[in-house]
Amino acid sequence: MNKVSLEARHISLAYGTTEVLRDINLKIEPGEFFALLGPSGSGKSTLLRLIAGFNQHQRGELLVDGQDITHVPPHARNIGMVFQSYALWPHMTVWDNVAFGLVERRESRDAIARKVGAALELVGLSDYGKRRPGQLSGGQQQRVALARTIVIEPKLLLLDEPLSNLDKNLRVQMRDEIKRLQRTLGLTTIFVTHDQEEAMTTADRMAVLDKGVLQQVGPATGLFDFPSNRFVAGFVGTANLLEGQVTAVENGALHFDAAGVGAMRIPYVGEAPAAGAAAMAFRPHQVHIRATGAAGVAGDASRVWLDGIVESTEFLGEVSRYRMRVGTVSMVADEVHYAGEPVLQPGVAVRLGIDPKQVRFLSH
Amino acid sequence: MAADAPARAAAPRFRKAGAGWGAWTVAAAVAAFLLVFLLVPVGLVIFTAFVDETGGLTLGHFANFFDQSIFRESFFNSLIVSLGSVFFASLIAVPLAYLTVRFEFRGALLIQTLGVLPLIMPPFVGAVALQLIFGRNGSVNLLLDEHFGFKVPIMDGLIGVTFVESIHYFPFILLNLVASMRNIDGAMEESALNLGAKGFRLFRRIIFPLAMPGFLAGAALVFVKVFDDLGTPLVMGVTNMLAPQAYLRITSVGIDDPLGYVTSVLMIAFSIFALWMAGRVTKNRDYATLQKGGGSLQRRRLNGWESLLAYGWIGLVLFVVLAPHLGILLMSFAKVWSFSVLPDAYTLDHYANVFENSQQMIGNTLLYCVLAAGLDVLIGTAIAWLILRTTLPARRWLDYLASIALAIPGLVLAIGYLRLFKGVDLPFTDTPVVTSWVLIMLAYAVRRLPYALRACMAALQQVHVSLEEAAQSLGATRWRTVRRVMVPLMAGGMLAGFVTSFITAAVELSATLLLTSSESNAPMSYGIYLYMQSVSGRGPGAALGVLAVVVVGVGTWASHHFAERTRTPERAAS
Repeated sequence: MNKVSLEARHISLAYGTTEVLRDINLKIEPGEFFALLGPSGSGKSTLLRLIAGFNQHQRGELLVDGQDITHVPPHARNIGMVFQSYALWPHMTVWDNVAFGLVERRESRDAIARKVGAALELVGLSDYGKRRPGQLSGGQQQRVALARTIVIEPKLLLLDEPLSNLDKNLRVQMRDEIKRLQRTLGLTTIFVTHDQEEAMTTADRMAVLDKGVLQQVGPATGLFDFPSNRFVAGFVGTANLLEGQVTAVENGALHFDAAGVGAMRIPYVGEAPAAGAAAMAFRPHQVHIRATGAAGVAGDASRVWLDGIVESTEFLGEVSRYRMRVGTVSMVADEVHYAGEPVLQPGVAVRLGIDPKQVRFLSH
Repeated sequence: MAADAPARAAAPRFRKAGAGWGAWTVAAAVAAFLLVFLLVPVGLVIFTAFVDETGGLTLGHFANFFDQSIFRESFFNSLIVSLGSVFFASLIAVPLAYLTVRFEFRGALLIQTLGVLPLIMPPFVGAVALQLIFGRNGSVNLLLDEHFGFKVPIMDGLIGVTFVESIHYFPFILLNLVASMRNIDGAMEESALNLGAKGFRLFRRIIFPLAMPGFLAGAALVFVKVFDDLGTPLVMGVTNMLAPQAYLRITSVGIDDPLGYVTSVLMIAFSIFALWMAGRVTKNRDYATLQKGGGSLQRRRLNGWESLLAYGWIGLVLFVVLAPHLGILLMSFAKVWSFSVLPDAYTLDHYANVFENSQQMIGNTLLYCVLAAGLDVLIGTAIAWLILRTTLPARRWLDYLASIALAIPGLVLAIGYLRLFKGVDLPFTDTPVVTSWVLIMLAYAVRRLPYALRACMAALQQVHVSLEEAAQSLGATRWRTVRRVMVPLMAGGMLAGFVTSFITAAVELSATLLLTSSESNAPMSYGIYLYMQSVSGRGPGAALGVLAVVVVGVGTWASHHFAERTRTPERAAS
């Protein structure tokens, strides 16, 4: 199959005075499995519907393989979309639902029969052609919706929150299945989700949106390890964000004055952050905690140590999650749990060791 | 969505009061009422059509019926007029419905008004008025003749009846269709667009099929109403249709003439058949209602020529729909109006005449309709309570029984009453039951019961049972709970049911014609019909008609108003 690329250039969209998308620039490579990730109201669904042609941007260009499709009406775009509600037509059988797009393309009867049969087989529903959508389970409906879309051999496949209507177990299974299907067909696929885990496990690359602005684009590890701003750090994974000022940068270390905690000296490698207001970001699992006075507490000089008090404890099995008060600030740490190790109780005084190599300073 | 289905099934059931003696008593009273005033009379009509003089079962009356060319002709005429009316009503209603749902434009309010205007005028009144506008010597044809030298005989014979019925009943299709189109999930349409459908194909393959339940419900109603209508053909002088034939047989040959009963049976059969078909076609298919979080169909603006077409169509329909209202109004003020586009002189005499001579009729209408509507709300509330709040076995059957009335023409019910109560005197008096106004009132009540029942059921459904349980847990007795919580919360819905029953009863003609035994018992609708029979009576008849239209119009507005108000507690409760 001919794989296509998609490019958005300076796309903006507003309803009246409400700006929904602001200057979106994005390039999706041929054959890529791409996720649009963001909280509700971030504009991710609007962007997807814009690609399908249901929303019209006021400024910018939308290119498919270099061709601007801004003024192509939705029915002529040949971009397949699977709707969040599946939108299967209840007055048609599964077979007729899948055949719809082919009938609209005036394909021959033989071709329709062959292609619909193949599409239903691909999603494992060969025996369900005569049923009506209402007689199928949620997962089966999802498959019909997929079959109905891929049967027209679209240039691009768009999935709007494809797993949100399924229960948890089915979600993982369907996720793998969609991934397998995408690999088999090699279709450039864009899917929208608010679930960071879903995006990280499925997509080759993802774009994080917030308030209509593209925050960061990259593979999951890139976004997780090097978030470009506070929002991405907090939305992709969990992060401790310590607000403060970078007061001085010297050879191999900087001075950070954290609001409510105090000044600290942190070694760094690589490019030095600029002086000024910034947030110090680090992940909960990168924090070590020890009860104050326990053996070997002051030992590890490679870490930056802070004093705090345990406020609450959540035992999650693999890890124990501690919420602690350090100065006037709240921080979270995940400790890997081993059998027999006691869980620290609220009120216990602790020392927190932060690995400076894992710390990022975010100025946005 | 199938994912929703188990959730729906698992939704908590209302806990219900048991089937105590109270419930049994109420159920018995309702059942007795329906039995005496609906089932037995109708059963008797059907039975009479199938027995001969000796009491043996026979199909001879039916053979006799179809042997006579006048009946064969009437039968096919009724069928053709009903189907024709459904067709032309759809032709008017479908584009209007599509316009409202699909486009953003200022005509939307206009269309809503269009959906109500025809219904507030009794069709037989409209027929007279339309003669003056579109008749052979009506305003339009006089103008056409003068300027173009030809006339359009649109008000003659069966075509005329079809024309009048179409423009009177198309709102049934319009309202139902708009409601079901509004319920279509926008994603249904978008996915079709996404797969390459557009324009008329999109409408034909996706939107119209999804709106089918609404369309069929409306179309079946139109068919039944037209098939059963007596007033319109009579006023237009068309007697070779089923309802007029039945009426003429019973009034001229007598209450024992079997052919009147055969006609009645055919009318019932076709009504039930039409309603059953509409229900059957859409049964076992779940149609797309709006899904959680989904939007409805996207609207867009009309472009230049589309606006022209849309407003042109709306204007034309509006002109035709308003013609009867305009005609009746002009006629009520006209001193002389014949062979002229507009009346030659105006007067208020007709209104004076009506107020002087027809006070009794107006009073009768108020009396009958208030009593009938009150009875409907009482029975409706009782049935709703039995169904929703008790575990009485077979309680659903009360609903089915009451709903049968929907398929029983007024004429047939009246014939049944005359037959059943023949020779019976009112208790404690010497007046025969058949000459008493009580029968008119009861016929109104029975025929309008389904409307009131639906309103009461909807109202009670909106009162969540926990509201009643809360009252009881705070120490209120069952009866006090009904009085202080249930009835106040239901009041709006009950009132809406009352008004619907009232206004439709006020313009009912077919049962009225047969059951009115003397002028002192006659309600307004009878009076209008009587006045319209003579040329000199047309003025006062029109004045009375205007009064009826005003009453119905105000009532319709009131019932919408009350129905809107009931929806508020639901939101607060959920």
